[in-house]
Amino acid sequence: MKKFVAMLLVLIMALTACVAMAEADVITVGIVNNPPSESGYREANVKDFESVFTPENGYEVKTFYSLKNDEQLAAAQQFITDGVDYLLISAAETTGWDEVLAAAQEAGIGVFLFDRMIAVDESLYNAAVVSDMANQGTLAVEWLKGLGLEAYNIIHIQGAMGSDAQLGRTGALDAQVAAADNWKLVVQQTATWDEAEAKKITESVINSGEDFNIIYAENDGMAKGAVAALDEAGITHGKDGKVIVMGFDCNRWALREVLAGNWNYDGQCSPFQAQVISDMIQKLEAGETLDTKLVISEETYFEAGVITEEDIATYGLGE
Amino acid sequence: MANPAKKSGINWSKHSQLVLPLLSILLIVIFNLIRDPSFFSVEVAKNNVGNTVLTGNLISILNGASELAILAMGMTLVTAACGGQDISVGALAAIAGSMFVKVLRAGQITMGTIALGFLACCAVAIVFGAFNGTLVSVFKIQPMIATLVLFTCGRSIAYWINGGATPTVESPLINAIGSFIPGIPIPTPILIVIVVGIIFALLFKFTTLGLYTQTVGINQRAARLNGINTVGIKLLSFMILGVCCAVAGCIGVSRLGLINHETLLLEIEMDAILAVAIGGNALSGGKFKVASSVLGAYAIQALTITLYAMKVPSTAVKAYKAIVIILIVVIGSPVVKQFFSSLRAKLAAGKQGKEAA
Repeated sequence: MKKFVAMLLVLIMALTACVAMAEADVITVGIVNNPPSESGYREANVKDFESVFTPENGYEVKTFYSLKNDEQLAAAQQFITDGVDYLLISAAETTGWDEVLAAAQEAGIGVFLFDRMIAVDESLYNAAVVSDMANQGTLAVEWLKGLGLEAYNIIHIQGAMGSDAQLGRTGALDAQVAAADNWKLVVQQTATWDEAEAKKITESVINSGEDFNIIYAENDGMAKGAVAALDEAGITHGKDGKVIVMGFDCNRWALREVLAGNWNYDGQCSPFQAQVISDMIQKLEAGETLDTKLVISEETYFEAGVITEEDIATYGLGE
Repeated sequence: MANPAKKSGINWSKHSQLVLPLLSILLIVIFNLIRDPSFFSVEVAKNNVGNTVLTGNLISILNGASELAILAMGMTLVTAACGGQDISVGALAAIAGSMFVKVLRAGQITMGTIALGFLACCAVAIVFGAFNGTLVSVFKIQPMIATLVLFTCGRSIAYWINGGATPTVESPLINAIGSFIPGIPIPTPILIVIVVGIIFALLFKFTTLGLYTQTVGINQRAARLNGINTVGIKLLSFMILGVCCAVAGCIGVSRLGLINHETLLLEIEMDAILAVAIGGNALSGGKFKVASSVLGAYAIQALTITLYAMKVPSTAVKAYKAIVIILIVVIGSPVVKQFFSSLRAKLAAGKQGKEAA
């Protein structure tokens, strides 16, 4: 019995020592994000952070998910009170963050913005790691231009009006349509990221009998909706078809459509920011300074005939 | 359908409720024919799977309104029995659709798994419907408040079921449900509406459901004193609406072979309530006509398609819709109705007076 107690004591002491040692190195981060249910993008984004900010990598993580800015603000405030070392934020709205970020700075907490910018003075955060939506639009339009078609008659299905993704992806196309005579928007409508709405919009153009040869949908789901309308009306699409289909986000199922040649183009919107932020935190911990305030995620696109199974495995979101 | 035959009433007054939705549809039709005479032309085409199918705006309207029409049928029943509306139908349809996808993704997609998936999502929808119904009938909470619970959390529940943002299901069988069955040129959702409509008609013809629902809606106390289980009737109406949500959810999923729990049948509850209102049903309960609500649903869809055809920006579509709706609802309001009937009476009196003179 005595032996047993002694062993237990030794074990407890050893464990305590371990914990104490671990605590010395552990970096606590508070992550404020949108809930993974928001979209396939967010799901991949949350998973990315879960895989990088782990106890094995020396992090203690507190997370809070909400689509509401005020709830996010309250959570960030709470994280500051809890005394986290770093605050990682993807804000629901771009405004209202000044006070909380100033409080974080005062408490000596490092702040990183990811995925979305916040409208505050750049002195209030250490760095931002974001996607360049306008660049995504430019990439897509340049690719389309490169096809050298005689006429570009485009059905343009937009995302939720005013969102970062919509503004960026619409901007480049609008500019090109205004600049070139043979580019025409047959219709430009928002489907607010709704697949069924995208189908209805496409259907109405088909029913009107107007000619079109390009579908430029601002996310994968809406491209799928538009394609459903084409299929029902017997209009061919994709690599060898009459209509060119373009989507964004690179969901795995969408990339498979590109691989199969049913779609022509899918633009990437990279949700992988965790590693970049983790590297920067390690730099700061080592006493170094950061080279830049703004890190733009490198993004690419995939086209039918070029895409490989490997691309889908590496870049695809979801399953 | 379920109207007790008025012994003294003449034939048209029995169906007078149909006048408003029919008038709205007629207005939209005339407007479109003037705008573009070929608007309603139906064409025969071959779709990409090789089936011969019908296409055109008319088909788009009938097809696109399917979910709405089915939900409007259930909503009419709830409205009649409870004197209030269920605002959680969109959320419940998302839950049901997620359940459908969950079962389909568990194994191979066959006729069997589709039937199983449909039964599973009906069961889930009935449970949630019963939850709403219990809050309303047993706890006497206003329907709109009671269903606000599910309205708020329903799409989160839908997310939990699949744990993914937009899981997809690919199969020719799913395509047959959401678009066309090989060999039949009419979109399947239209056929499903017809089947659901027939089931409702049979329910009203061979059971006392219609009569009891109406009685409960008109005077609950009297109904109870006459031995009608008022709690049961209200509960039943919500469970039937649950099944309607399940059917609508399955159609929505099958159309695209994917479920997006955030956008599936988003804001359809408002259109469903509107369909009931355009159908001339009293939103405070009592007398009702399911067929009239279905016509209301088609009127709403016709309006939407018209606005799309006119390339009205879809952000502005709701505003235009609102204008038309105000017109329709005001025309159907008791005040205007009374004005017209008194006008008619005056004219008749004037005529008689002249004849007498």
